[in-house]
Amino acid sequence: MRGNDNKGEIDPSPRPKAGLWGWLNRRTGVDDLLRRALYEPIPGGARFAYIFGSGLLFIFISQAITGVFLALYYVPSADHAHTTVAYITKAVTAGAFLRSLHAYGASAMVVVLFLHLSQTYVYGSYKGRRELLWLSGCVLFGLILGMAFTGYLLPWDQRSYFATAVGTNAISEVPGIGEYLKRLVRGGTEMGTLTISRFFVAHVFLIPACIFALVASHIFLFRKAGAAGPPDEDPFEPKQKTELFYPRQVLMDLSLTALLIAGLGLLCFFVPMQLGPPANPADAQYVPRPEWYYLPIFQWLKYWHGSAAIIGVLVIPTVLAFAVLAVPFLDRSVERRPWKRPIAMGAYAFLLCGLVGLALRSQYLDRHDPGVALQLAKQKADETEFMRKPFEPELSSASLAAANVTLADPLAAKGKTIFEGQYACNACHGDGGVGTAAAPALIGVGAKFPPNKLADLFAHPTAKMTAGGMPKIDLPGDDLKALIAYVESLK
Amino acid sequence: MSQSDSEQTQTSLPSGPSLESRRSFLGVLLGLGSFCVGALLSVPLIRFALFPLLRRSTELKSSAVGSVSEFSSLTEPAMRTIQIEQVDGWRKAISEKAIYVTKDSQGQLQVLSSICPHLGCTVPWDGDKKKFACACHNSIFAPDGARISGPSLRGMDTLETSVEDGQLLVKFQYFRQLVSDKEVVG
Repeated sequence: MRGNDNKGEIDPSPRPKAGLWGWLNRRTGVDDLLRRALYEPIPGGARFAYIFGSGLLFIFISQAITGVFLALYYVPSADHAHTTVAYITKAVTAGAFLRSLHAYGASAMVVVLFLHLSQTYVYGSYKGRRELLWLSGCVLFGLILGMAFTGYLLPWDQRSYFATAVGTNAISEVPGIGEYLKRLVRGGTEMGTLTISRFFVAHVFLIPACIFALVASHIFLFRKAGAAGPPDEDPFEPKQKTELFYPRQVLMDLSLTALLIAGLGLLCFFVPMQLGPPANPADAQYVPRPEWYYLPIFQWLKYWHGSAAIIGVLVIPTVLAFAVLAVPFLDRSVERRPWKRPIAMGAYAFLLCGLVGLALRSQYLDRHDPGVALQLAKQKADETEFMRKPFEPELSSASLAAANVTLADPLAAKGKTIFEGQYACNACHGDGGVGTAAAPALIGVGAKFPPNKLADLFAHPTAKMTAGGMPKIDLPGDDLKALIAYVESLK
Repeated sequence: MSQSDSEQTQTSLPSGPSLESRRSFLGVLLGLGSFCVGALLSVPLIRFALFPLLRRSTELKSSAVGSVSEFSSLTEPAMRTIQIEQVDGWRKAISEKAIYVTKDSQGQLQVLSSICPHLGCTVPWDGDKKKFACACHNSIFAPDGARISGPSLRGMDTLETSVEDGQLLVKFQYFRQLVSDKEVVG
């Protein structure tokens, strides 16, 4: 049986399995699956250059797990988002650590993603029937940036609110449908609670679902095409001596994973992610700055105004995106060695320098504009100050409404004393008119009966009311008005 | 294809029992290592998820009623409104509740909930008759809250009190209605 099963497979250790593993294997074929996964031949042998893909997979899984746990306490709405993130950061055990792991994980993802893409590009690993592999990778790149963009807003602090306001504003530069697109993304003309809902759904359901599907197809296409090997390897028919993925490449991949765990763990433990004060849309002084990986785009957009904006915001990025997508279609030569591909390498160097240059320029300008530098320093100080304060629970809206009535309307406040004192209405109708077994709730009764109708009911209760024990209320005009004002205020 | 693959495998890797056992050993080592790292990483996750169980995240704080001296010369139950602050995870609710400060049969200060143990109406104090008389179903209680007559199955509910810096504090709770024994709800 064993001989039949494994004929034609790469199987350096065919061996009958006994015990639980054998039983499991006979029913699932897990052993064969593991072998297929681990015994992928790599032309030219294992190398540290190939470790970034599995590093990305590791961070993605880590993001998914920490994300699910953060959702235990997070509430996606404008009035609770910031409180719940503050609760996670300041109150919940290990909350600051997990949130930092998720937030820094996003940055780590962008870094490793960039390294993975660079390795693929520089090694010419997109050649040799690997167009779809490249395309799925490009789409994954976009989805990861989408995750970073949508996730950034969710804490709803000053920093995330204003950065996303700038980000979504850029969408309106798209000619014709720009304004409509912006409203679609925001769920309205302004940023608000519907924006959080949209970003939350994109961040938690839509984009992750796409990423799972694309990661699966990316890995499938990778295994279908096979490992490309070093730059001097033939992309179509690999000729170099192969080495299996396990064990050396696995160990190399794991070394990156270990480095990521150690690096992120230490960073999150010693320098946890800050949370700023809650978003205040009325703060006209706030100077928005995006997360570091969006700085090049941020700086780039500054150069394009008025009628030229279309070119900078739409035409050039679109051309660039299509150029990147089309790389395996444009570059059809079999040559993979970077030093023999001056155009490809030149374009890469140009783009890289452009991105780094734009980011540095943005930093430079911030540091050399005294006004901006001062404001940025103030914002930083505000964040530190907010982090120092202990967590303050949010006052629930129910208790707020009750407190507001007594404060806001003196007439209603007087009515409350009658409700609770002279007539002891609360004895049957409950405190705040919430209702008891003896009498119905009065909350919302104001919407049903206008003041004069209420006065009429007080003077002449219906037969049903009288049967239930409702007395006739005989009050002097002012007191009656006060009681009615209070009952009308119960919402 | 299988031919060339096995050839390649053989050229890159020496075969034999020693390699086999070395690989198995490495596999076990890696599995063990991954398990340990995974276990280590799951510690913060578990602590995060179990936070509400280990730390009291929904708690009821004691509310101030007034200074003890204020009630020392009490001759009949006095109604007071207390503010209760209930913390529920990341939110808190502040509500007002009416309670009675009165003296028990031994003349000690005690605090009664104003909620009728019958069906939950607020029980008013009848100063003329010197009795608590529930307006809803006529349950009558003595000044110390003991049941006298009516449909209620027990006397008015006493609340847990404490004294701190001369201040009378009370812990407000709800009790099950329509039963003869005092039983905390929720």
